[in-house]
Amino acid sequence: MRFLFKTDYEDDIRLFPHSGYVFSYGILIAFLLIAPFVLSSYLVSQLVFVCIYATVGVGLMILTGFTGQASLGHAAFLAIGAYTAAYLQQYDVPFPVYFLAGGLLTGVVGALVGFPALRLTGIYLVIATISFAFIVEEVLARWESVTHGNEGMRVKTLSLFGVAVPRDGPTFYYLCLAVLVLTIVGTLNLLRSPTGRAFVAIRDSETAARSMGVNVSLYKVKSFAISAAITGLAGVLFAHKLSFISPEMFTLQLSIEFIIVILIGGTFSLHGAVLGAIFLVMIDPFLTYLKDDLPGIIAGIAAAFGADSVTAGKVHSNVAAIASANGLKGAIYGVIIVLFVLFEPLGLYGRWLKIKLFFQLFPLYKRATFKRQKIYVKSERNR
Amino acid sequence: MSYFRAENLSLHFGGLKAVDSVSFAVEKGEILSIIGPNGAGKSSIFNLISRIYPPTSGKIFFEDQDITEQPAYDIAGLGIARTFQNIELFENATMLSNLLVGRHRHSTTQLWQELLFLPSVRAGEKVHRRRVEQVIEFLDLEAYRDKLISGLPYGVRKVIELARALCSEPKLILLDEPSSGLNVEETEDMSFWIRDMKSELGITVLMVEHDMTLVNRVSDRVIALNYGRVLAMGSPSEVQRHPDVVAAYLGA
Repeated sequence: MRFLFKTDYEDDIRLFPHSGYVFSYGILIAFLLIAPFVLSSYLVSQLVFVCIYATVGVGLMILTGFTGQASLGHAAFLAIGAYTAAYLQQYDVPFPVYFLAGGLLTGVVGALVGFPALRLTGIYLVIATISFAFIVEEVLARWESVTHGNEGMRVKTLSLFGVAVPRDGPTFYYLCLAVLVLTIVGTLNLLRSPTGRAFVAIRDSETAARSMGVNVSLYKVKSFAISAAITGLAGVLFAHKLSFISPEMFTLQLSIEFIIVILIGGTFSLHGAVLGAIFLVMIDPFLTYLKDDLPGIIAGIAAAFGADSVTAGKVHSNVAAIASANGLKGAIYGVIIVLFVLFEPLGLYGRWLKIKLFFQLFPLYKRATFKRQKIYVKSERNR
Repeated sequence: MSYFRAENLSLHFGGLKAVDSVSFAVEKGEILSIIGPNGAGKSSIFNLISRIYPPTSGKIFFEDQDITEQPAYDIAGLGIARTFQNIELFENATMLSNLLVGRHRHSTTQLWQELLFLPSVRAGEKVHRRRVEQVIEFLDLEAYRDKLISGLPYGVRKVIELARALCSEPKLILLDEPSSGLNVEETEDMSFWIRDMKSELGITVLMVEHDMTLVNRVSDRVIALNYGRVLAMGSPSEVQRHPDVVAAYLGA
C-alpha cells in the first residue's frame, strides 16, 4: 500500500495524486489511441458511442451528481445540439463554428431551463425537465421550415479544415475521444476551483451554502448551463455519428438512458460517467448475443440432461421467444437500476474502489470495512 | 454609532410573534450572548440577521449600513458568518472542501478561468488553502483534512462548522448554540476558542447559548429573551439575578 506524504499545497491541487495514476492513465490513453487499428470496426463504432454517451454523462454528472439537481430532459439538450449542427451545416458553416454554436445555444437554453428550476426541487424538478423535453420534441416535429419535422434531417459527412472525416473512420473516433477528454479535464478543473465547490455545497445544504456567500440561484443556473452546453457539444457529434436525425430519436427513453449512465456508473464521480457509458453501450451487443445464441445454448443444456429432440426444440423456441420479446431492453434496464440502487448505490465506480482497496489491504481486508458507509447511504435513501 | 444594531426587529408568523420589536446593539470586539427558554426567539433573530427570513418590521445595521434588504448570500460578503444549531455541513464532501467553501466570498476567479485552471486560479487556490490551514491549526483539526463529513462524530462536526465560518474571515460571527451536543471537555475547548477568536482574531461574537457556564465564562454582555421580547440586558451576573429572568426560567 502506498502512503502519500503531502509536503506542498500543490499535492492537493494536482489532478494525478501520484505517479501511479500517470502510469495507469497513460496506458489507458495509449490503448485508446491504438484501438482503431486493433479492434474490429464494430467495436470502434461502439467506442464512439461510449465517448458520446460519456460526454453527456459528464454533463449530467455536473448537474445531478455534483449540484444535486435531477434532470430527465437531457435528450432535449442533445437534440438541440444535433439540430443546430444539421441546420448550420446546410449553409456550409465550418465544423468548428457550428460545433461551438451547438454548445453555446444549448447552454443558453439550459440556463433558461435553469430559471424555473430555482423554485423546484426533487420530483417536481424531474417533472419540469420532462415537460421541457416534450416541448422540445414537439417543436422539432412541428417547426418544419427549420427541422423538416418528422421527416428528419440528413447530416452530411463531417469536414474538418477541408478534409472529409467519415463517421466510421478512425479520425472521427479520435475527435470524439478528444472532446470527451477535454470535457473531463475541464470538469475536473471546475471541481477543484470555487465554482465546483459551490456546486457541491448547493447539493449538500442550500442554507449553509447561502450563509457562506454562495449565490445559490446564480450557481444553479450556471450548473444547468454548463451541463446543457456539454450535452449540446455531444449532440453535434451524435448527429454526425448517426448521419440522420429525427425527433423520435430524442425521446424520454434516451433521457432515462443518460440517467442510467450516471446512476450505474456512480453518482459522485466522473469515472462513473465513463463506466456507465461503457455499460450502457455494451448492453446492446449483449442483448443481441442473448437473442442469437442463448436459445441454442439452453436447448443444448436441456439435451445434455436427456431431453429428447422434440422437448429440446420446444425449449429452444420458448427461450427464443423470451429473448426477442418486445420491451426486454426496458425491463433489463429497470431491473439493473433497482439492483444498483439497492445493493451498490455508489455504482460501478464504488464497486471498483472496493475491489482496489481489497487488493491494497490484502490479507487484512475486513468484510465490515464498508458497513458503516453502506448503512449511512441506506438511511439517506429512506429520508 | 454601534458596530452592529437591530432596531425594533419583529418576525410574526400570523398571530405568533416569534420576535417582537427587539432592539439591541453589539459593540466592536465584544462577545454578546443571547439566552432564553426554548421558543424565546433566539434562533429566529439569527435567521433574521442572516436573511433566511425577511423581518416583518424593523431594521438591521452593520457598520452603519442598512443590511435589512440585502440578499442572503451578500451577508457573508459583508463579513458576517454563522454556524447552525443543527449542524449544516456538506455531508458528502471532505473537511477540506467544506472549509474551502467558507472561502467562497474571497474568490475572484471567473468561470472560464476555472475551466482552464489558469495560473491565477492556481495561485488563488493556494492562498485559500493557506488561510484554511491557519484555521485548521487554530482549531486543532489536523487529523480530519481528507475525511468525509458523513463519517465524523458530532463533536468534531461542530468544530468543523465553526472552522468553516472562520475561514470566511468574518468581522462578526453568529454562533447558534456552539456547545449543544458537546461534552464537558469539548465545551471547555469551545469557550477557549471563543475567547481566542475575540482576542487573537479580533472577531466580534454574537451567540445563542443555553449552557450558563459557557455564557458566564466568555460573555461581556448578555441579553435575556422570552416570548420574542427582551427581558433584561447587561453583564452575565446582572441578567441572571434579574427578577423577570428568574421568573421566565423558574415560572415563579
